[in-house]
Amino acid sequence: MEHFFSLFVRSIFVDNMIFSFFLGMCSYLAVSKTVKTAMGLGIAVTFVLLITVPVDYLLQTQVLDENGAFNQAVLGGQDLTFLAFILFIAVIAGIVQLVEMVVERFSPSLYASLGIFLPLIAVNCAIMGASLFMQQRILMDPATETKAIGCIGDTFAYALGSGIGWLLAIVGLAAIREKMAYTNVPKPLQGLGITFITVGLMAMAFMCLSGLDL
Amino acid sequence: MGKLFSKENQEVFSNPLNLNNPVVVQVLGICSALAVTSQLKPAIVMGLSVTVITAFSNLIISLLRKTIPNRIRIIVQLVVVAALVTIVSMILKAYVYDVSVMLSVYVGLIITNCILMGRLEAFAMQNGPWESFLDEIGNGIGYAIILVVVGFVRELLGAGSILGFKVLPQAVYDAGYMNNGMMTMPAMALILLGCVIWAHRAYNDEKK
Repeated sequence: MEHFFSLFVRSIFVDNMIFSFFLGMCSYLAVSKTVKTAMGLGIAVTFVLLITVPVDYLLQTQVLDENGAFNQAVLGGQDLTFLAFILFIAVIAGIVQLVEMVVERFSPSLYASLGIFLPLIAVNCAIMGASLFMQQRILMDPATETKAIGCIGDTFAYALGSGIGWLLAIVGLAAIREKMAYTNVPKPLQGLGITFITVGLMAMAFMCLSGLDL
Repeated sequence: MGKLFSKENQEVFSNPLNLNNPVVVQVLGICSALAVTSQLKPAIVMGLSVTVITAFSNLIISLLRKTIPNRIRIIVQLVVVAALVTIVSMILKAYVYDVSVMLSVYVGLIITNCILMGRLEAFAMQNGPWESFLDEIGNGIGYAIILVVVGFVRELLGAGSILGFKVLPQAVYDAGYMNNGMMTMPAMALILLGCVIWAHRAYNDEKK
């Protein structure tokens, strides 16, 4: 239980998707103009993460790994880890399509406000990145490493933490950009340039948390 | 041959290098541009890998563009890209293992690199194979240039070396110079890229 909690806190603050790994930057910069849409996208990303990371974890440990139960039973223990990229991205694309249909059916207003960014979650690096980091962390020892992911419960903690970290980062940037609209920025630096520098300063602030020993 | 290198095709190739650069103008592929540039060597390898993968995925998608049903095009594109990335990742592991360890998950993340999807959707779905191939080589090199610039500055100021070789003489350190450890941190990559965008825009606005 303690491991579960520290993994959760760690993935929000220390291993923040934006500030320490730069994952999901494209939509982060494109959708952070107003707080409201930023919030919607953040929630959508968290939701997709919560489904894809555990599903990819099961695929990795049960199907792709040569010692996995499904692999042993059906394929007779073959190492299929080279298929990981294709399989992970297929799962992500499929689930994003599913989420899109569900949102369209049950909440047309949210669907309209997210617009094109909902299907684009499929190519959000944060989603794929979380699955790939999860794949690396399976090999770590949970007793010594708080980053380790040992069971399906850990993947939920990791996915939820990463999603909330991403949400915090995008809502924070959106709030700053709303205020920044009234400031006098040098012309060539306006828009993208100053946004990068702002994110850099935010990342520096988040670096204080990297010493957090969990 | 004359037709293959016509004026339009030259523009298709040269535009992404500067005026329509994928990183600083189109804002595509930022994630990896920032994450792999703390040293020059991984930045170069990453730039090359992305160029190769984008060029061939665009070529393949452009050849298939008339047969792909519109509704499932994204999944088809992703599968083509994922297959190419798997091949490149295996080649990197076999020939430059130390760099592939440094790049860690970012090789896999080329699949979700926005340059790929952006150019596939915007260019390869409408244009012939040769134009798409040129466009992507241009975009890949444009991306690599930014990576190399940022990687060069970060490695020089952060570690005092270039491609792993010490370039600052010991006398400079004796005189009190210190490596700026901040440069190897993620935060500085963002600020440096912000400055690159600033310089690029200021230069191009002046020319107009």
